Amino acid sequence: MIQHPTTSSAGGLAAPPPAGTVRLTINGQLHTLEIAPWTTLLDALREYLHLTGTKKGCDHGQCGACTVLVEGKRINSCLTLAVMHEGEEITTIEGLGTQENLHPLQQAFVDHDAFQCGYCTPGQICSAQGLINEGKAHTEAEIRELMSGNLCRCGAYVGILNAVKEVVDKGIKNYELKIKN
Amino acid sequence: MNSFTYHRATAIGDAVQEKAEHPGSAYIGGGTNLLDLMKENVERPTHLVSVGKLPLAAIESLPDGGLRLGAMATNADTAWHEDVKQRYPLLNQAILAGASPQLRNMATNGGNLMQRTRCYYFYDLATPCNKREPGSGCSAIGGYNRIHAILGTSEACIATHPSDMCVALAALAPSVRVSGPNGERSIPFEDFHRLPGNEPEKDNTLEPGELILSLDLPAQGFSKNFSYLKLRDRSSYAFALISVAAALELDGHIITDARLALGGVAHKPWRDQAAENLLKGQPATAETFARVAARVVENAQGQGSNDFKIELARRAIVRALKQAAEGTQKASDVFLNSNP
Repeated sequence: MIQHPTTSSAGGLAAPPPAGTVRLTINGQLHTLEIAPWTTLLDALREYLHLTGTKKGCDHGQCGACTVLVEGKRINSCLTLAVMHEGEEITTIEGLGTQENLHPLQQAFVDHDAFQCGYCTPGQICSAQGLINEGKAHTEAEIRELMSGNLCRCGAYVGILNAVKEVVDKGIKNYELKIKN
Repeated sequence: MNSFTYHRATAIGDAVQEKAEHPGSAYIGGGTNLLDLMKENVERPTHLVSVGKLPLAAIESLPDGGLRLGAMATNADTAWHEDVKQRYPLLNQAILAGASPQLRNMATNGGNLMQRTRCYYFYDLATPCNKREPGSGCSAIGGYNRIHAILGTSEACIATHPSDMCVALAALAPSVRVSGPNGERSIPFEDFHRLPGNEPEKDNTLEPGELILSLDLPAQGFSKNFSYLKLRDRSSYAFALISVAAALELDGHIITDARLALGGVAHKPWRDQAAENLLKGQPATAETFARVAARVVENAQGQGSNDFKIELARRAIVRALKQAAEGTQKASDVFLNSNP
């Protein structure tokens, strides 16, 4: 277990308050982290656990690149502190599928050419899984509206919409997590 | 973000005490606005008291026929709650018009009331702002002020309250139940947010250390004839330039009761009771709506870049009242801008 971030900026500053302990179940695996309270969930995932599938885009909750599922609900991991999620279950893109066994949304994104650079894709897919879990979006207009928290600078929206629509139409709900060994 | 310590409150009393014992501390619910402001160094609490897991997330009927919305219920859970959809569809639509699904899954009802203005000068530490730094001046007055207020402004501040949910609440008039060092009290929603006056640093009338427990909606939900109309720069995931919550009770074509509140126009959700009184007893016609809309913006004042809002507000009010009278808007799981 790595308990310190790989990047440090503490030089020359007063000693920070003692780190606290937080237990998070991430993609089915329990992790105990010693981290400062100001560590966002996004930074905990990327810098402490090296789960770099979750991307830092704007870091202000505007772009959706950092979207993960907490207890099955999609949230922006940049706008929440890791310590606020003590004992909770978090699913990241690494928990949705594997290279050998793609999640239906991952396969649909490939099939529908739903990305160019791919930076927003993990957030798009986690968000789409959240949308499916919610079960509120059925039509194209509804999917567009309920995917509006995820921006794509490459403008692959047509492909993203088609990919999500295909999986929504297939009625795949609460897709069972596929955890890497 | 600056360094801070953190405490997860175990009970309401624990939260209030923890807050009182730590000067410079702040409550954190969902954190979607507070953490953003902390990253920008606009807010610099030294201690966070986390209230998100307190048992304040229930949505339950009240004996008087009203509905209690727990302060820590998320915006998403509130908007999609069956009782909210059935009895307060205006609130359902207003919540779903705001933010994104991810944010609504984190943001709480209490936090929605507590969110701060999105005035760009408030966010920009390099510019004067009376709300952020009292006495430093207002950069928006005489600056770029396209999103700013046209009603109830002062020489100190022309910021707007950014919420959609609160515009519907202004129309529905719940009471805000709070707990603080001096015990529990209820604040009428109309009195919760304040106009800037010469103290724009104060967004609301909470006493220091007070924590929101719930929003208690009265029984009257205007579930048949209502409209939430939101006008913005893109069709989703943007703050309102103008929004209107309109709610009517009709006896045939005659308006027997009315509520009218606007967002994007003032430092607080702008309910206009004089306009509501003008509607009562009148036929629900285009003439009536035009007369009332003109009255609402009668004293509106543009600041240059936002002059367009006066005419936009006037037209939006007419359209929202027309939609409400027609009863075409329904509760939905999704707010679509193309609603009739």
